[in-house]
Amino acid sequence: MEQVRLTTRDYSLFYGEFRALNGISLSIPANRITAFIGPSGCGKSTLLRSFNRMNELIPGVRTEGTVLLDDGDIFKEDVVNLRKRVGMVFQRPNPFPKSIFDNVTYGPRVHGVRNRSKLAAIAEESLTRAALWDEVKDQLHKSAMALSGGQQQRLCIARAIAVSPEVILMDEPASALDPVATIKIEELMNTLKEKYTIVIVTHNMQQAARVSDFTAFLLTDENRAGNMVEFGPTNRIFTSPSDRRTEDYITGRFG
Amino acid sequence: MGREQYQLELQELKNQMTSVVELVKKNIRDSIRFLGNRDMKGAGLVIESDEQVNHKCWDIEEHCIRLIATQQPVAGDLRFIFSVLQITNEVERIGDYAKGIARISRKIGAEPLIKPLIDIPRMGDIAVGMLEDALRAFSEGDSEAAREIPTRDIQIDILYRQVHRELLTFVMERPTNMEQCMLLDWVAHNLERVGDRVINICERVIFTGTGEVVDFN
Repeated sequence: MEQVRLTTRDYSLFYGEFRALNGISLSIPANRITAFIGPSGCGKSTLLRSFNRMNELIPGVRTEGTVLLDDGDIFKEDVVNLRKRVGMVFQRPNPFPKSIFDNVTYGPRVHGVRNRSKLAAIAEESLTRAALWDEVKDQLHKSAMALSGGQQQRLCIARAIAVSPEVILMDEPASALDPVATIKIEELMNTLKEKYTIVIVTHNMQQAARVSDFTAFLLTDENRAGNMVEFGPTNRIFTSPSDRRTEDYITGRFG
Repeated sequence: MGREQYQLELQELKNQMTSVVELVKKNIRDSIRFLGNRDMKGAGLVIESDEQVNHKCWDIEEHCIRLIATQQPVAGDLRFIFSVLQITNEVERIGDYAKGIARISRKIGAEPLIKPLIDIPRMGDIAVGMLEDALRAFSEGDSEAAREIPTRDIQIDILYRQVHRELLTFVMERPTNMEQCMLLDWVAHNLERVGDRVINICERVIFTGTGEVVDFN
C-alpha cells in the first residue's frame, strides 16, 4: 500500500448556492505525482486549491466533508502554516518584481529566518532542486522579471520549495511555456517527487500521461457539479480505464 | 462525437484489415485447390499474390505508425491500433503458409498425387472459417466469439494427426512415395499452423476489448 499524504472524504464545495464539487473521496499517495484531468469547469482547479485552502479567499465559499493532510484536518490547521506545508505553483509564472535571491528567500523570511548565510544556503539549495542554479548563480541579484518564462516558472518552483513544503500543488504549470521549457518542468517534477508529494492540474492529457503516477478524472454531472469519475494508476487509466466516460474523454470523443 | 477524422482513420484501418484478410483467405483456398488439381500456373499466381499481401500489410503498419505519431491514441484506441499491428503480423504469416503450399505444389510438379486430397481441404476449410470469424470478432469487438473460435482448432489438430498417420502408411507401403508424402505432410503442417495463428488473433481480439492478456495455446 502507498503511504497517503492527502485525503478527502465526501468533500463538497459550494460557491454560494452552487455546488462546484460533489462528494469527492480520494487518497493522494505520498511522494508521487497525481494528476487531475477533466474538461473545463469540472472542478479540478477548485479541488486542487482546496488542499491549501486557497478557495477561502473567494467570498461565499462553503465546504462539507473532510480534507486531511497526513492525519490532520486542514480546516483546523493555522492557514499560514498549512500553506507552508502545501505550496503552490500557478499557471503563469508570477515572480515578485524583486531580485532572484529575494524571490527565493521571501518565504523563509516571512517564516522568521533572518541569518544571511542561512538564507543564502536555502537559496542555493532551492534553486539547485528547481534545476535553475547553474543558470542564475552569477546573477542572483538581477531582477526575476528579466528571466525567460521557463526560468521564471522554475524560480516559482524554487520559491515554493524554499519553505520546505510536504506537498506542491501545480495548476497547469506548463501551459504558458514552450515545449522545451515544458519538458524541463516535467523532468523537474520527476526529481522533485523524491522529496515532495506533487498534485498537478493539466489540460494536456499527454502531459498527465507522461509525468503522473496516478490520475483522477473529474466530470460535471447534470447540475454542473464536479464529480470524481475514476482514480487510479496512470498506466491503467491510459490503457484500460474502467469507466466508459473516462475512455471517451481521454480518447477525445468528447470534452 | 469528437475527432471525426481520427474516427474515420480507425475505421479505415478496419477496412484495410478486411481487405488483406480476404486476400489471404483466397490464397489459402486457391493453394489447396491448385494442389489438388495440379494447376502449376494457379500455384504460381498464389506465390505472386503473396507480394500483394505483404504490401497491404506494410501499408497497414505505416498507417498505424502514423496514427500513433500524430493522434496520440490512448486506452481502447491504443489497444485497437496495437492489436491491428499484431494481427497484421499474424495475417502476413498466414499468407506465407499459403505461399508455402503453392511452392510445395510446384515441387511435386507434373507427378500425379498418390491419393485424392480429402482431409487437407477439410483442414483448410476449418482454418479459413476460423480466420473469417476471428476478423469479424475483431471488427465487431466481440470478445465472446474470440473465446469460442480457438476451440475449433482441435478439429484441425485431429485432422493433422490423421493425415500424418495416413501418409506414413503410404510410405511404408511403397518407399518411393516418400518424397511426395513428406511434401504433403508439410502442407498439412502449414494448415495446422494457420489454426495456431488464428488463435493468436483471437487473443488480440480479447485484449482489444478488455485489456486482458490471454493465452489459449
